[in-house]
Amino acid sequence: MLASAIDRVNGLARRLPTGVVWAAAFIPFVWLVWAAATNRLGADPVKAIELQLGLWGLQLLIASLCITPLRKTGLNLLRFRRALGVMAFFYIAMHFLAWVVLDMGLRWEEILRNLYKRPYIILGMVGLLAMIPLAVTSTNAAIRRLGAARWRSLHRLAYVAAVAGALHFVILVKGWPLEPLLYAGAVAAVLLLRLRLPQRLRA
Amino acid sequence: MEMTLGLKWSDVTPKPQWMNRRQLMAGAGALMAAPVGAQSGMAQTGLAKSPYSTDAAPNTLSEITTYNNFYEFGLDKGDPARNARLLTTDPWAVEISGLVDRPGSYDLADILQGAPLEERIYRFRCVEAWSMVIPWVGFELAHLLNKAGVQPGAKYVAFETLVRPEEMPGQQTRSLDWPYREGLRLDEAMHPLTILATGLYGEPMPNQNGAPIRLVVPWKYGFKSIKSIVSIRLTDTQPQTTWNMQNAREYGFYSNVNPEVSHPRWSQASERRVGAGIFAGREDTLMFNGYGDQVASLYAGMDLSKDF
Repeated sequence: MLASAIDRVNGLARRLPTGVVWAAAFIPFVWLVWAAATNRLGADPVKAIELQLGLWGLQLLIASLCITPLRKTGLNLLRFRRALGVMAFFYIAMHFLAWVVLDMGLRWEEILRNLYKRPYIILGMVGLLAMIPLAVTSTNAAIRRLGAARWRSLHRLAYVAAVAGALHFVILVKGWPLEPLLYAGAVAAVLLLRLRLPQRLRA
Repeated sequence: MEMTLGLKWSDVTPKPQWMNRRQLMAGAGALMAAPVGAQSGMAQTGLAKSPYSTDAAPNTLSEITTYNNFYEFGLDKGDPARNARLLTTDPWAVEISGLVDRPGSYDLADILQGAPLEERIYRFRCVEAWSMVIPWVGFELAHLLNKAGVQPGAKYVAFETLVRPEEMPGQQTRSLDWPYREGLRLDEAMHPLTILATGLYGEPMPNQNGAPIRLVVPWKYGFKSIKSIVSIRLTDTQPQTTWNMQNAREYGFYSNVNPEVSHPRWSQASERRVGAGIFAGREDTLMFNGYGDQVASLYAGMDLSKDF
């Protein structure tokens, strides 16, 4: 029953052009620009833009990290991982840009001071920086150039980005609201699912 | 149940009395001639103006009433506007206790009786580094404290917000240690800038902004300006305050706006004015939120990086 459902999803996934996933991942950005331009983001649109871009980036990053554990169930969505990962980078880069331009208003001195003094900003930057080599090596040519093994180990930086991103969210808020903790839990889960179980438990 | 013959405070104090009588009489003609609401951001006329008001343009009513930190109604800034309509604000009484000559439960009508209501347009600076300009309606806290009769031994004033989880869904969670508590040193409480606000934009206080009566201390971070007050207690020891209890390293008792003392996790050097537009950027945060001329002397000789 479950196996046949998985087969069916795999079959659909094989026929779905990856372009659909790229486009679907881009739609929220188009919506956000439209909502900002038509003043639909509430009293503080800057915070709303910043938060939404960051959330979508983190969600796509977590989604891209779900692909590998899902393969253990027989579900093969590997073809879509590049779109998810690159679009995660796009949203995180836009999130950073929104912070620099809209939130900080290009006050460079304050931005630089934040970059070395504020743990949540530092964590956010670690996450963004970790994603840059991933975005740069996201092409087939780059995979060939690096070789599969080196490419795979380089792309473990995605774990760093996800952990940094989730912690960034947890510590930037006042108090302990649930939402950032849920994201942190999701990141912990997709990473823990990668741990190899001890031999005798695996049979 | 004491007093009231079935009257509610809103019956006892109809809206015209809300406004300052003197101003009403003197300004009635001018009021009618005045172009009301020529700008959406314009504060309503009819209340006594105050020399303590800023001449900066106030935020719109919509901004002021849809962007609130009032954790009793949820953690999202839109939650209070969504959830606060459940709150019953009438009847309402404030328990005044501790080192006062006339302790007791004061009905809101008694509190407002003879209270010199004014419009006070104040800058409002949140600890989260955003700010607004808000046309409050209120009267000096000193007026009420004098009415209750402050005893010589009193050094601090402690405030508490209503606890009513059935109307305040945020209180069904442990997001903060309820009731919300705040406090001031007596000289801060008696300062003429410190008001109890009962309205904004010339109208009764919207629930999400702390109806029916809240504190406003414009030179301190917004969380000091406790909402929906049910208890005022005069004490000789420094009272506990909610955010200080939550995280003493990040939120001090004084919590004066101070661009030179960072929050441990973010800078307080600048702020974003809500409503200024997406590309407006930031402005410098002013010491004591720009009220230094009036209040700096309260802290003479103190190290404000220690007593933050």
